[in-house]
Amino acid sequence: MSLILETKDINKYFKHPVPFHVLKDISIQLNEGEFVSIMGKSGCGKSTLLYILSTMDTDYSGELYIDGNKLTGLPPKNLARVRNESIGFVFQFHYLLPEFTVLRNVMLPALKLGKKSKAEIKKDAYEKLDMLGIKDQALKKAAMLSGGQKQRVSIARALINNPKIIMGDEPTGNLDSKNSNNVFNIFKQLSHEQNLSLLIVTHDLDFAKKTDRIIEMEDGFILSEMAVL
Amino acid sequence: MNDFPLIFEITRTHLMSRFKQTVVAALGVTFGIGTFIIMMSFMTGLNGLLDGLILNRTPHIQIYNEIKPSASQPIDRAAQYKNSFNVVHAIKPKNSQERIHNAIPLLAQLKQNEKVKGATPQTVSKVFYLAGSNKLNGVINGIQVEEEIRLFNFEDYITEGESKSILKRKNSILLGAGIAHKLSLSVGDKIQVSSANGGIFPLIIGGIFQSGLAEVDNIQSYVNIKTAQQILGEGSHYISHIHVKLWDIKDAVPMAEKISTQYNVSALDIETANAQFETGSDIRNLISYAVSITLLIVAGFGIYNILNMFIYEKMNDIAILKATGFMGTDVKWMFISQALIIGLIGGILGLVLGFGVSVLIDHAPFNTEALPTIKTYPVNFNPAFYIIGIVFALISTFLAGYFPAKKAQRIDPVEIIRGQ
Ligand SMILES: Nc1ncnc2c1ncn2[C@@H]1O[C@H](COP(=O)(O)OP(=O)(O)OP(=O)(O)O)[C@@H](O)[C@H]1O
Ligand SMILES: [Mg+2]
Repeated sequence: MSLILETKDINKYFKHPVPFHVLKDISIQLNEGEFVSIMGKSGCGKSTLLYILSTMDTDYSGELYIDGNKLTGLPPKNLARVRNESIGFVFQFHYLLPEFTVLRNVMLPALKLGKKSKAEIKKDAYEKLDMLGIKDQALKKAAMLSGGQKQRVSIARALINNPKIIMGDEPTGNLDSKNSNNVFNIFKQLSHEQNLSLLIVTHDLDFAKKTDRIIEMEDGFILSEMAVL
Repeated sequence: MNDFPLIFEITRTHLMSRFKQTVVAALGVTFGIGTFIIMMSFMTGLNGLLDGLILNRTPHIQIYNEIKPSASQPIDRAAQYKNSFNVVHAIKPKNSQERIHNAIPLLAQLKQNEKVKGATPQTVSKVFYLAGSNKLNGVINGIQVEEEIRLFNFEDYITEGESKSILKRKNSILLGAGIAHKLSLSVGDKIQVSSANGGIFPLIIGGIFQSGLAEVDNIQSYVNIKTAQQILGEGSHYISHIHVKLWDIKDAVPMAEKISTQYNVSALDIETANAQFETGSDIRNLISYAVSITLLIVAGFGIYNILNMFIYEKMNDIAILKATGFMGTDVKWMFISQALIIGLIGGILGLVLGFGVSVLIDHAPFNTEALPTIKTYPVNFNPAFYIIGIVFALISTFLAGYFPAKKAQRIDPVEIIRGQ
């Protein structure tokens, strides 16, 4: 099994308003096809860690590798490419472009990547939306959707470029248990069938228990990495 | 920038979703460019008219023989007084004629000069106009009317009758409008002129001449050059003025100098004669540019504000785009292209507005005593204004968009996402 994500001694400080050591010596590893959840109290640094892992935040010390490539220190242009091609990110709050249709929102990262024709991208986008049960909403403006629907659209968008890894910051936070289960099953299926790696922050213990491994954080430390049996 | 169609699509959606603000921003540009075009067209049209009023009819060089005392007196030539300080009191000019002495060869030489568009002789005579018991003093100019028409737009100033009538009939006269008015005469009436040496000549009015300058219209009339020579009782060699028109007005000064030294005549160039004129045109142009540029800068600030507001409203969109793999430069070009689209649409509408209003002005009636041939306001439809206008619109909107776009490029997505 090959490593898809690895960090070595990541430390991060916030200097304002008061100096604050938010992440302390974070070293984690994630294998190909592995489905891992991160848990921890509110404010312990989960989101902060995820922003670093997703290459959006570059203000840290330590090293970050994705798919064997060292990303620490790369210029923003290259990092944007990595985010576009290899990482799917699902935010804690649904983040869509409100004036674009659901379909366009899902298509945008693929259009940016530019590897497929517009028709193929459209077909892929419909497939992903269908998988998440919101195909019928495809032509609506994103702003019109309910919270849960938006969350599923953003999951579809994260999947559109068939990334190596999905990172989610409470992606099921706004969903009812039925839809939450549905998303879990989709994640599970992707990790098994397509060898997709997932790193999901969650407060939902039932959700976490069903993943391959739980990383527990407290006050910026990794407390324990326990395999779920 | 192979992503351009994609960037453009995002830009378009953003603009359409803020349709009202987009329209307001574009209208700012429209107003600026439209005013620029209207002002420039009208101002330069007016300049052209005034140029026409004075410059077109003023010879670039006037050659004449000024009667003045000769600079070197006999005593200066006497060898024995060479080294003494000679003072001669009460020098009078020699009695000579007001004619150019070797006018015919001079005229021929001028016509051969390649810088010269044309040269035409005039014979000027002081006269009295007599009609009934009235007697007015004035001046009759004997001209070659076809050359005057070709070189100095003479035809434009004939308000009644026909300029060529003086060619057809020897006793025909084109009477100054002021004289005609004072003597209550019109085309076809008879008038007598008496010359300085007492001869009386009956003439028929073939046309009325109105230049718009009262001091000209009240004293001057035109006849065929041969008729003028007859009134003076002189032969066909008697030419008092030669008027020269050059291809390029800039040659006037050096050429006038050359003629006056070479032929021992007075040669007055147009720049000396109308020194104040150019300054007026320049200042009017300067004012037009200053006002238009001010308007465009105001429009530019409008766009700057609206784009800043757009970017503030679109913070989330920018963060999402960056998080999903769009680069800072993509975002920058999104906003620059928004500005350019506003500039282009606003600018084109401005051209249309400017052209439309210019056409309206061009057709608005404008009647003035001073300008007999002008019936509507003068407008200069110079394509250069339209090119400058659209280029300026694009440059100013680019600048107005560039700085907000730079700001958008630097937005940190993490900050926005966390701020939610
Ligand atoms: N920009 C910032 N400047 C200063 N402190 C910050 C900043 N962003 C986050 N923090 C602090 O860093 C700590 C970690 O925040 P983070 O958002 O990572 O928490 P979290 O684990 O995701 O919490 P939650 O479960 O509520 O989402 C918090 O104490 C927070 O106040
Ligand atoms: Mg969080």
